Amino acid sequence: MIPAQFDYVAPTSVADAVAALAEHGDEAKVLAGGQSLLPILRMRLNAPGVVIDLGRIPELQGVTEDGDHLVIGAMTTYAAVLASEAVSAHAALLNKAIATVADPQIRHRGTVGGALVHADPAGDVGAPALALGAELVIAGSGGSTRTVAAEDFFEDLFTTAVGEGELLTQIRIPKHTGWGAHYEKFVRVSHQWSIVGVAATVRSEGGSIAEARVGLTNMGSTPLRARAVEEALVGKQATDEAVRSAVASVAEGTNPPSDLNGDADYRKHLATVLTRRAVLAAAGA
Amino acid sequence: MTITEDREAQAPDAPAGEVGKARRRKEDQRLITGRTRWTDNIQLPGMLHLAMVRSPFAHATISSIDAAEAKGAPGVIGVFTGEDLKDIQGVNITAWPVSPDQKTPDHLPVAVSHVAHAGEIVAVVVARSAAEARDAAELVDVDYDELPAVLDLKEAAKDEVLAHPDLGTNKSATWQLDSAGQGSGGDVDEAIAKARDGGIVIEREYRQQRLIPAFMEPRSTVVDPTGEQVTMWSATQIPHVLRFCIAATTGLPESKIRVIAPDVGGGFGGKLQTTPEEFATLAVARKLGKPCKFTETRSETMVSGHHGRDQWQKLTLSAEKDGTVTGLKVELMADLGAYAAIVGGGVPVLGAWMFNSIYKFGAYQFNTTNYYTNKTWVDAYRGAGRPEATYAIERLMDELAVEVGVDPLEIREKNWIKHEEFPFTTVAGMTYDSGNYEAATAKARELFGYDELRAEQKRRRESNDPVQLGLGVSTFTEMCGLAPSRILGALSYGAGGWESASIRMLATGTVEVVTGTSPHGQGHETAWSQIVADRLGVPFENVEVLHGDTQIAPKGMDSYGSRSLVVGGEAVLRAADKVIEKAKPIAAHLLEASVDDVEFKAGTFGVKGTDKGVTISEVALATWTGHNLPDGTEPSIDADATFDPDNFSFPHGTHLCAMEVDTETGATKMRKYVCVDDIGTIINPLIVEGQVHGGLVQGIAQALWEGAEYDDQGTLVTGSFVDYTLPTAADTISFVTDHTTSPSTYNTLGTKGVGEAGTIASTPAVVNAIVDAVRHLGVNDIVMPCTPERVWKAIQAGAAVTTEGERDAAPHFDEGAPNQDPASGASEGSDQ
Ligand SMILES: Cc1cc2nc3c(=O)[nH]c(=O)nc-3n(C[C@H](O)[C@H](O)[C@H](O)COP(=O)(O)OP(=O)(O)OC[C@H]3O[C@@H](n4cnc5c(N)ncnc54)[C@H](O)[C@@H]3O)c2cc1C
Repeated sequence: MIPAQFDYVAPTSVADAVAALAEHGDEAKVLAGGQSLLPILRMRLNAPGVVIDLGRIPELQGVTEDGDHLVIGAMTTYAAVLASEAVSAHAALLNKAIATVADPQIRHRGTVGGALVHADPAGDVGAPALALGAELVIAGSGGSTRTVAAEDFFEDLFTTAVGEGELLTQIRIPKHTGWGAHYEKFVRVSHQWSIVGVAATVRSEGGSIAEARVGLTNMGSTPLRARAVEEALVGKQATDEAVRSAVASVAEGTNPPSDLNGDADYRKHLATVLTRRAVLAAAGA
Repeated sequence: MTITEDREAQAPDAPAGEVGKARRRKEDQRLITGRTRWTDNIQLPGMLHLAMVRSPFAHATISSIDAAEAKGAPGVIGVFTGEDLKDIQGVNITAWPVSPDQKTPDHLPVAVSHVAHAGEIVAVVVARSAAEARDAAELVDVDYDELPAVLDLKEAAKDEVLAHPDLGTNKSATWQLDSAGQGSGGDVDEAIAKARDGGIVIEREYRQQRLIPAFMEPRSTVVDPTGEQVTMWSATQIPHVLRFCIAATTGLPESKIRVIAPDVGGGFGGKLQTTPEEFATLAVARKLGKPCKFTETRSETMVSGHHGRDQWQKLTLSAEKDGTVTGLKVELMADLGAYAAIVGGGVPVLGAWMFNSIYKFGAYQFNTTNYYTNKTWVDAYRGAGRPEATYAIERLMDELAVEVGVDPLEIREKNWIKHEEFPFTTVAGMTYDSGNYEAATAKARELFGYDELRAEQKRRRESNDPVQLGLGVSTFTEMCGLAPSRILGALSYGAGGWESASIRMLATGTVEVVTGTSPHGQGHETAWSQIVADRLGVPFENVEVLHGDTQIAPKGMDSYGSRSLVVGGEAVLRAADKVIEKAKPIAAHLLEASVDDVEFKAGTFGVKGTDKGVTISEVALATWTGHNLPDGTEPSIDADATFDPDNFSFPHGTHLCAMEVDTETGATKMRKYVCVDDIGTIINPLIVEGQVHGGLVQGIAQALWEGAEYDDQGTLVTGSFVDYTLPTAADTISFVTDHTTSPSTYNTLGTKGVGEAGTIASTPAVVNAIVDAVRHLGVNDIVMPCTPERVWKAIQAGAAVTTEGERDAAPHFDEGAPNQDPASGASEGSDQ
């Protein structure tokens, strides 16, 4: 498991990183936590000439608050997100989902930005980002930045709106203060990627659901948002029966993969069961 | 003669008793910190590094290899093809041709013209660094002509596509054990015919999926061809067998070969092999005259290291109406993969004596037909033959209990050998010397809370709880202590089953124990020290155990088959007894007493009726100086012993497992696991606990998680730990383990072996529990690994059948029957 040889640069600012990207073009690959990139390099599925390490750029680190938004630097590790009280208070869903990612070692190296740009459909960060209506800040050449809504960010398997020469710098999440949240991750062994995952966050009012957000993991080539279900849940009591019927069609129109862990039909069945469980748990029922 | 007649299990007046002490393993500090000689840690001056070029095709002929570009790459010393190495590379042989007419394809370490599985080595790149070798390996241009590949066992049996066109057939060999034929029981077909008329016949077909041994340390080999002997360090379980095989196939004289297994990080049978990589490294090192190293990546382990299991088991059990078993017929199809490995066709044969297990069948027949396919070779994996047998019989006993309408424990008790019936010769012809199934079961039942859990199961069924509970039973036995040499000879196995030991009494009071067993994580250094400390009456700390180097331990049969303690430990004990015998006349001389008046107790030779004495260490020093020995005495009290057992040992146990099944998703969750194992005398309870826990996880993993899967091109889909779902500690619960003890009568200490028990027993316990949880929903089998998808689909299919009313539990060998694979889709690549 020895990667092909590459050069290594470690810029200390976003501007320098973008400049390095521009200099090396498609020869370059950005390194965040390395938890996806290094296996790829070691298995020689990719052999970039230059690896640009974002690990020494302070502006990409940490969680801050900006009015009614949380701002998470792209290089913030899972462990740092889990430790953040602001995330627990204002984006509990992200906390719940990230708590299920891999194992402690990987959570101490892997980053939220790396996960989003890597865009593995079985990854656990996309669905909550989508459900929470996150916005992704992307830096391009010459100091330009643009902001993309999560819904427009995920384009396909392992493909996002981050173009060549661009960097994801921030994840901006509208605060969902006081919302209940739950992430149902279905796996066979604990360190596995999601076979199916359901991210649900709910604002309850007097025992019934006032608003709901539901995101699906590994039910298609990108994370999916179950808007029809979200609407069907509004005004429902948080009871097994009511939620069961509101989420019954959650798998409609999804296109999950078939593999050793289950075929597409089984995944659709799972999504239905898990959505009910996730919503009920998020509603505290 | 039994050994116990002239040998006492406890050393005469043993001191505090090292045997039975839960000592921490003395080897662990260096093993766990890695500050030791793992093969890959070894650096020799001028050492070169190898990378392998492997076939991406399951079946192909090699039309050309162009290595020009690779040879010109930075740091590259050479590129060798099979053609370049063919005169010296030797061959990977099988030690066990199970029948005289077995078909055995040549297995060349580096393929010359034909590759029979994806991952086979076609060229070796040698460079100054491992990275340069890896880079250059990508530049070797191999042209293949792809051939049709046969991947599925049942397809292979049809002989339509051949794994080795030269052989003319995929069939390697057939082997039979018939109780009527050998006089150990009745005619099985008669018993079955009789049961069809008024009795019970259970017919089932079970699948033993392919597993991949996942030892922690990848395999690694260093060869130093400089000097008078060629030295090979290798991460192997079998340094002695390896030396023999090198000598037998490469032309190197055995005396010119030194093989060292330094510290080895696990094996589970996966390193019970002479590997293409070892032979290729040796050949290249000899060609170049330079030390060479090859360490594999995990991806290479997965495709090139041998796999385990892979059988179809067709089983017919006959019984009387009341559940008394009368006959068992076993028809196996075994997938050897592309080549007959070292145990090879013998792995299924090892199960032949175990399908009847602890039950008193009147008639029995075992048949196996072994086939080649274009997949990675298959060989011994923890339990080898016995887990497969145990799975089959323990699943069948549950099915019988259902037919009769009694509790699964009751049907077992009705049929098992009672403790007063030992020694008992089984229908397969094995003599079980000791055991007490009643005692182990009673203890397990109580620790488990069997009756309370049954009550909870009933409640959940009645309330139609989405989470159902099932209880699984496995009352297993196994044969350990491989093996009496004459039995191996009768089976045409190519070697003996004895073990050897030496004890060297050093002048300063410490003791070197040399063992021919080759530990790779089991803790022999600690256990052997405990045995010797007791026997010789010396402090535990003063004993050093040496192993795994043919120059230090020249004789040995190595470690596998739960043999090390039972056979190797006995050899150590006998060497210690010889030391005492040799020291006694010298002690008498020093004490100025007659030999007859001297007795050995707790490390001291004393003169009866006096307080005069001399310790064995003092005798060792006196012997070393040689100044004052009896006339004509050899100045040495060192001793060697070689032990060949008269019989196997037969550990047994009762394992009980409770599984929860989420009927909405098919997810399963272990609630409780209790095992009470009878492994005879326990030398070190802490080591035993570790062996049982690890073994259980491996067996549970076969039931729930692991399975090697190929696509229809013959590419291993589960080629990394992302897809080959190996459990971690986070996936298991705390097990309750306990013991009963009925000592083996075939060795002095009464030990039986514990290396494989947990793995053998646990798989059927888990599957029985899952099936028990959903049987009322119309399910009577789930193919392993019991993935949530398979469990869920079995429930769906069962519910469908149940509503149609008709569901016969007994015969269903038909195509598409529910036991074939209710989930389908996710099983063998090509056939479904
Ligand atoms: C054993 C194992 C188990 C895992 N299990 C899970 C799991 O259960 N759930 C889960 O969600 N994930 C899992 N992961 C993946 C883990 O979450 C990764 O950390 C994550 O997918 C990638 O994050 P990273 O920071 O390591 O990114 P890297 O591996 O460093 O980079 C990933 C990709 O994103 C690009 N990239 C990274 N940062 C940026 C940026 N700021 N701008 C532009 N491009 C960028 C890189 O160039 C690369 O292509 C697992 C990983 C392993 C090794």
